[in-house]
This record gives sequence, structure tokens and C-alpha cells, in this order.
Amino acid sequence: MPKVTYREAINQALAEEMRRDARVVVFGEDVAEYEGSFKVTRGLLKEFGPERVFDTPISEAAIVGAAIGAAIGGMRPVPELMTVNFAYVAMDQIVNHLAVMRYMFGGQVRLPVTIRMPGGGGHQLGSQHSHSAEPLFTHVAGLKVVYPATPADAKALLKAAIRDDNPVIFLEHEGLYNSSGEVAEGLEAGRIGEAQVLREGSDVTLVAYGAMTHVALEAADALASEGLRAEVIDLRTLRPWDQGRVADSVARTHRAVVVEEAPPVCGIGAEVAATITERVFDRLDGPILRVSGADVPLPYARQLEQACIPHAPDVVRAVKRLMQGAW
Amino acid sequence: MNKKELMRAYRQMYLARAFETRVAEQYTRGRIGGFCHLYTGEEAVAVGALWHLRPEDYVLGSYRDHAYYLIRGGDPRKAMAELFGHSDGCCKGKGGSMHFCDAGMNFFGGYGIVGGMCPIAVGLGLAAQRLGEKRVVVCFFGDGATNQGVYHEALNMGTLYQLPIVWVCENNQYAIGTSVPRSSAVESMSRKAAAYGMPAETVDGMDFFKMQSVSERAVARARAGKGPTFIEAKCYRYRGHSMSDPATYRSKEEVEFWRQRDPLPRMRAAIRHDFEAEDREFEEVEAEVGRLLSEAVAFAERGRELPVERLYEDLYVDEAAASPTSAGPA
Ligand SMILES: Cc1ncc(C[n+]2csc(CCOP(=O)(O)OP(=O)(O)O)c2C)c(N)n1
Ligand SMILES: [Mg+2]
Repeated sequence: MPKVTYREAINQALAEEMRRDARVVVFGEDVAEYEGSFKVTRGLLKEFGPERVFDTPISEAAIVGAAIGAAIGGMRPVPELMTVNFAYVAMDQIVNHLAVMRYMFGGQVRLPVTIRMPGGGGHQLGSQHSHSAEPLFTHVAGLKVVYPATPADAKALLKAAIRDDNPVIFLEHEGLYNSSGEVAEGLEAGRIGEAQVLREGSDVTLVAYGAMTHVALEAADALASEGLRAEVIDLRTLRPWDQGRVADSVARTHRAVVVEEAPPVCGIGAEVAATITERVFDRLDGPILRVSGADVPLPYARQLEQACIPHAPDVVRAVKRLMQGAW
Repeated sequence: MNKKELMRAYRQMYLARAFETRVAEQYTRGRIGGFCHLYTGEEAVAVGALWHLRPEDYVLGSYRDHAYYLIRGGDPRKAMAELFGHSDGCCKGKGGSMHFCDAGMNFFGGYGIVGGMCPIAVGLGLAAQRLGEKRVVVCFFGDGATNQGVYHEALNMGTLYQLPIVWVCENNQYAIGTSVPRSSAVESMSRKAAAYGMPAETVDGMDFFKMQSVSERAVARARAGKGPTFIEAKCYRYRGHSMSDPATYRSKEEVEFWRQRDPLPRMRAAIRHDFEAEDREFEEVEAEVGRLLSEAVAFAERGRELPVERLYEDLYVDEAAASPTSAGPA
């Protein structure tokens, strides 16, 4: 199988979906002539022309609003927001328009909008450019939220998102763009809402998503060298999320640690933990622990920033505490 | 325009006015809940602005939306049922007064966020343009919306992409209790819009003829692919901002000044001036509309709310994506 980067995989998904369906359009800041601030939209303008790939002013709210209107008008818009940090400027359009309109109009509109946006920390970009905004989007009924960890999932799930008739927030991790992985020739659309067990194990379940999936895998390696078998689940989709697969796993391992890059308060880990207790409480041998991003705006200084992001040793420590009953 | 057409315009204006009167009655009886904003006094704006539209054209606007729906041909029964929160309302009772919608007639809503519909109009215009359709978008918003950031983003984009949009600013001179001079650095909405490089004109929004003639040009321009037009319709709402506002911030003299310019008597006088028309002819129209509205109220009274078991419907196209968890109250 050919090795492809996360960036290339997303680019392939965009191009293939645009070839497949003439209603798919891509727009956003610097996506056309400049080919994307992360070069994800490279070559699209050349192949599909300015009618379907076009630059917008720096107007995030209007970019999302335009996507909503275009979707009602019969297109399948895939706007790019330069990064999640700028989505905050468009939050009213995302949360109070895109997410609610189908419902409040009694099902009369379909909104096949996929908003792509890179995010996450780790690049010393400071407090205003390093957010992990996924819990905010995941909180919102009416949206679907996808956060792939690998090139293959990025490609398959972006294809699925574009074909989905609902609004999808498609999160890409800035730190993963250059990562590579195998992507099957002719890979088809994946299924939104399905988690994947990346490694089987019987001692503890590590639940992760996005860049944290790799942290969880690294932790599982380290634990294996000490004889502890961790099962690693990549959620892949945060809304709707695969409660069944996670609950089944924890019912077998009796322990769970959630690894999330975003801060813990009202976060993904909290949701996963609460659901596990509701579904398989009597199978648990201890509390569900969270390894989360620090609950501060991300600082610039390298050491400080790194201290905000979960790393494999943090996960290993959490698992050991759990195994030793030392929570 | 011939007499028949003018009588049709009068009927639309009267329907919009009389519907709101019934709504106020039902609201006072406690049958309608929530925020409820009436269009009373502004009828000439919507009837004139929509006069030249075709069925395929798109319309959207603010929460003061009953008139748009009715003028586009919406069923008054479904409108009243929506206000009652009933399942046979135009949005199954999920929208309410502020969120009327009828996809079948390309009326895409009533929005509760001031200015929030403006970029959606841009998107509708984009779709029409890029799909090679000859549709026009009419987007209504208030004077207050012109102070929202997203409004400026949308106006800029509309001209940038030369989209087929008619921006209609209903300048009723107040945003709730705040008058235009107290909220806008530039009091003329058309001057304020001029920065976005399109024809922008201020017209008497209490006059159907002025409204329809300015919108005729704007719609033709949009349909010809020449880009957007901005219309500032100077108008007045006779009632408070919403049903809960007694409107004490406006002087009696001011209200009286605008009462003298009531678009309905003006329209009747204009028809009389140009054609032979007897009182009886207007009375017949009014009686016919009255019967329609009585029927609408009776229809709404017979309706029911959607059963709670159907609470999660219409959230996603694939219903299974909704997550009625054990944590939800329902
Ligand atoms: C973004 C936002 N801020 C505040 C409000 C509360 N609000 C509702 S209507 C309104 C006044 C709007 O005035 P205008 O745009 O002139 O429209 P009008 O009601 O006069 O038709 C305000 C402040 C809101 N709905 N949305
Ligand atoms: Mg106003």
C-alpha cells in the first residue's frame, strides 16, 4: 500500500469528491491561489477552476453563513477555516445557525456542509493560536464532529463527511499534517460514528482521538514492555461517538483512561467517563481517569507549552495508578 | 399596474396587517408563547420588495417574519398553527413566531439572531450563480442589523462575487428601544452601505409604489447578473418591538406622524385616484381575508403539539445520529 501523508490524504479526499460530485465546492481564506495556509488544497484551483475553488475575505462568520446558504441552494460546500482558533469568530453561524436550522425549520432543509479546520497545540503559537476546540463543537446537537488520527482515516472520513447530508465539523491536527501512513489505493468513504480498536489488550482501555491516539499507542508500547496489555481505541468521531465499542471494551478490561488534548472541564473525557459509568459501572475496577490538556490558555515558552499537552509517560503514570488502586 | 394588480397588492398588505391583529388577540389569550414581533405598519416594505419575485427566488429575513411567509403565498392556517406550537404548523411547531420557513416556496426563514441571515443570503446567491440559475435572493433585516459585524462581511462578499441579492433594510428607526441616532454613527443606512460598491437608495417604505419601483430595478439588476442592490426602506412599526414591549420610548406626536402615513389607507386612496373603486370592493377583499383568518384560528385551535416521543426528529437527516441518552429528561 502506498504511504501518504495526512495532508496528502485530505487533499486526495477533496479532489476525489470534487471529481465525483460537481456540487462540491471549496472556499476559504487563501485556499485557492495560495493553495491553503497548510497547503492542504494544493492543485485544486488548477484542476477545478475558480467557480468551485475560491478565496474569500477574512470573514469567518460569513464563510460559514455562505456555506449554509449554498447548501440550501443545492451545493455541497467544504469551506476551510484557516484554523480552529478563528472558528470562534464564526461560532454564531456554526452553533446558532448551521446546527439548529434543520431542527427549527421542522426538517425542511438539509445542510451538507463540511467545515474543515486545523487545530491543536505544540508549535509555540501562543494562547490565541493553539486551541483544542473539539469539546465546544461536540457539545452542540445538530453537528457531527470528526477528528481523524491517521492518513487513511482522514481520507475515508473526509469523503464520508462530504457525502453526509448533515453539517460536519472536520478537525485536522496541525501536528499530524506531515505524519504518514498507508492509504489503500481507491480507499472508499468511511463511516462516521465508528471508533476503531487499534490494539487489543485486556488490562486497561485507553480511549483517545486525534493526535492523542498516537500518544495512547506510545503509552501502550511502554506498558507492554512492563507486561501490561492496554487496549487502544481511537474514537475517530466525537459526535456521534461510538459508546458501544468503548463500553464493550471497558466491560472486558475493567479499567479506562481517556486521553484528550483539550482541557478536562466539561470535556470529551468527562463525557466518555460518565457514559462508561452509566453503561458498565458494575464491571469497573476503579475510577475512569482522564489525562487531559492543562486547564490554561497555551503559553508560548516551549517547556511550558509541552507541560500542557498529554504525553505517553503521563498516560503510563495514570494507568499504573489505576492498576495499583492508587487513585 | 392595472387595477386588478393593485387590488392584489392591497390584499397582500391587508392580509399581513389583519393576520398580526389576530396574532395579538391570540397572544393576549395566552395561546401563543415566546417572543412575538409584529409587522404592523411595515406592510408596504415587504409587499413592494417581493412584488417582482418569481416562485424560484429565495427570500429570508428576521424574526419579524409572518408577513414574508404570507406574502410569498404561505398558508395562514399553517402560520397560525405554528404560533400555537402545533404539529401542522409550517415548522411542526418547532420554530415558532421567529422561525417561519417554507422550503417549498423558497422562503428560507425567519432568524432570531440580528444580522445572522445576511451571510446565508450570500450563500444562496452563490449557489444560484455557480449553478447557473436565474434566481434572485431578497434578504430583509432591520436598521439594528447594520451594526453587526457579520452584516458587513456579508455585504462585502455580496459585491465581491457580484451576487444576485437585493438587500432590504427595514429602517423602522428603532432597535428595540434604541433609536438609530443613538446607535449608528451614520444615520442613513444607504450611505452606510455605499462603502460596499453597489447602488444604494433610501425610499419611503410606507409607500407601496415607491417600494415596488425600486425593487423592480434591483431585482432586474440581480437577475441580469449585475450584482446586488441595497434598499433602505424608511418605515415605522406601529406596535412595540414585540408583544411584551409597550413602546413607551416613543412620543405620541411621533407615532401620530407615522400614523398619517399608514400604507394601507394610502394604497386605497391611490387606487381610488387612478381607477373607479367603490368602498364595497375594498370591503369585499377585507371580508374574504377575514374569513380566511377566522378559518386559520379555528384550524390552529383544532391542532395538537407533536408528541414528545418525536422530540429528536429532524435533528439529523439520519435520525440515528441523534443521541437521546439516558441523561436527557425525555
Ligand atoms: C445578535 C443579537 N443581539 C441581540 C439580540 C436581541 N434583539 C432582538 S431584536 C433586537 C433589535 C433589532 O432591531 P432591528 O435590526 O432594527 O430590527 P427590528 O426589530 O426593528 O425590525 C435586538 C437587540 C438578538 N436577537 N441578536
Ligand atoms: Mg429596527
